[in-house]
Amino acid sequence: MTRALSDPIQAAPFEAGIEPPLTRKEPNRLWAGRNRYLLGAVCVVLCVVMIAPIVLSVSASLKTTAEAAAVPPTYFPSELSLDNYQKLWDYGSGLVTYLGNSLITAALTIVMILALTVPAGYGLARFPVPGKNVIFVFLLLALIIPYQALLTPIFLMFSTLGLTNNLLGLAIVHTTIQIPFSLYIMRNAFEAVPRELEEAAVVDGANSWQVLRRVFMPTIVPAVITVTLFAFVTSWNEFLGALVMLTRDRSLTVPLVLAAARSVTSLGSTDWGMLQAGVTIAIIPCVLVYFLLQRYYVSGLLSGAVK
Amino acid sequence: MHKTKRDKLTGLWYVLPALTFVLVFTAWPFLQMVWISLNNWSLITPPSFVGLGNYVSAFQDSQFWISLRFTLKYTLYITPILMIGGYLIALLVTPNSGLSRFTRTLVFTPVVIGLGASSLLWYWLFSPNYGLINRFLRDLGVIDSPVLWLGVDADLSNWAVIISITWKVLGFGMILFVAAIQAIPQEITEATMVDGAGFWQRVRKVTLPLTRRTILLVTLISVIGSLLAFDQFYLMTAGQPRNLTATSTFYVYLNSFPYLKLGYGAALSMILALIILGFTIVQMMLTRRSET
Repeated sequence: MTRALSDPIQAAPFEAGIEPPLTRKEPNRLWAGRNRYLLGAVCVVLCVVMIAPIVLSVSASLKTTAEAAAVPPTYFPSELSLDNYQKLWDYGSGLVTYLGNSLITAALTIVMILALTVPAGYGLARFPVPGKNVIFVFLLLALIIPYQALLTPIFLMFSTLGLTNNLLGLAIVHTTIQIPFSLYIMRNAFEAVPRELEEAAVVDGANSWQVLRRVFMPTIVPAVITVTLFAFVTSWNEFLGALVMLTRDRSLTVPLVLAAARSVTSLGSTDWGMLQAGVTIAIIPCVLVYFLLQRYYVSGLLSGAVK
Repeated sequence: MHKTKRDKLTGLWYVLPALTFVLVFTAWPFLQMVWISLNNWSLITPPSFVGLGNYVSAFQDSQFWISLRFTLKYTLYITPILMIGGYLIALLVTPNSGLSRFTRTLVFTPVVIGLGASSLLWYWLFSPNYGLINRFLRDLGVIDSPVLWLGVDADLSNWAVIISITWKVLGFGMILFVAAIQAIPQEITEATMVDGAGFWQRVRKVTLPLTRRTILLVTLISVIGSLLAFDQFYLMTAGQPRNLTATSTFYVYLNSFPYLKLGYGAALSMILALIILGFTIVQMMLTRRSET
């Protein structure tokens, strides 16, 4: 940097009275000149490649049973049909059961993660808790020990507690996965609140619980949304934990049903149309939530991963 | 005002639920796993203490090595693809123009969908007769007969999975890189522009060094994620051919659950956890050193 600044050539454009360098035609900018069209084209190609699998899956889910089993396959359906969704609706214990299981598990995960990390974030950020740093690191334990490695002992524990084949049990597993990220977000959110706000309430005679509810809760809403969002997506998509914990058909979640639906056959092969209908249904909530809450998504990722 | 003994206690009360939860559902299972790994235990027979016997068996178990080697190979192939690909896309879409933002949104979309759903989506796309990839390659005239992507040849299966996962997680690195590049102070960028440095020279001399911390972090996350790979192989190859594509986590799962060799499965889990811990420590040290 220092070398660049002491470079005599650098000052020349200014002395000569030419416009400042940034508004000139700049050969050192990526998107300058003819490059713009080329890079624009690269962006478009990239967009097509990224979105194509999703579009093709959705369109395969709308094919008729016969067309879904066609060899070679067609890119887009020649005739739209909801046959595949009809089959999926009636599959096993019924799609409603499985969607319900996934939603209940996600809801329980969200409730637990908020009930645990909102107070913990408050306590760690706002009180002189003894051994604060040790506690914080201990709470991040799941970062160091991956949950995939802990499934055997958790399974054994849950089978004595009657929590296998139980959505609460699965939600507990999903909560352990989300604790480090959520706690991190919460603690940062509480630390960012100015002390004066809190002090005013304390002077008014509010106790710590009232301060949490009246002063902090309104200001940490974005953090709560971020934590809820990530808890939902993790729980909705999680596969291995569910595979281990749930064996009874009635208690399966959506990802497990998809895996099982792979072995359903139609016209001598996997029922590809129904499988893609399942994939589409599994994808919809995630994509919807992403487009609606994109801001929280990105800020959550940044503060959770980078800091 | 926060110095009183009561404040300390109050704070502790707020932390207590989370502390208890982690103690019961992470720390205690971990200790149990250590103990289980020292026992010979299938669910039907009572546990018998074998000391380090399970660990010795693991080192003599050829499938353990096959799985570990395959997992490392997968990690070694996919990590540079994700890092370089993600960084190049980030450089492309860092300026806040409409098209850049739109591209960012679309590249990130697969990140939010489930690994299970994406694996089954690609399982179909890669299907020899019913999949659109073979259809497309045929239309282009690249192939004459269907390629058997999954479950027949270990290397080809590996590449097919890598393609699907690259699609799935490329946006993750991209979004973090974009943020890191945008966080570079404007004056630094301007100074190098005035200096007359070309775009790639600037990337090499300014952008890369100043985003080193993020690069290390994303590498860490990708490496750990790849070392723990399970869903994509379970769903796309089922470990085939001949368990050659059964990753380490897959092998832990096979031993612990379908085979019910709990002690052995726990020992394999421990080894996997230790390897991950090793990577975490190395990367943390690297990250810390690059901060100074």
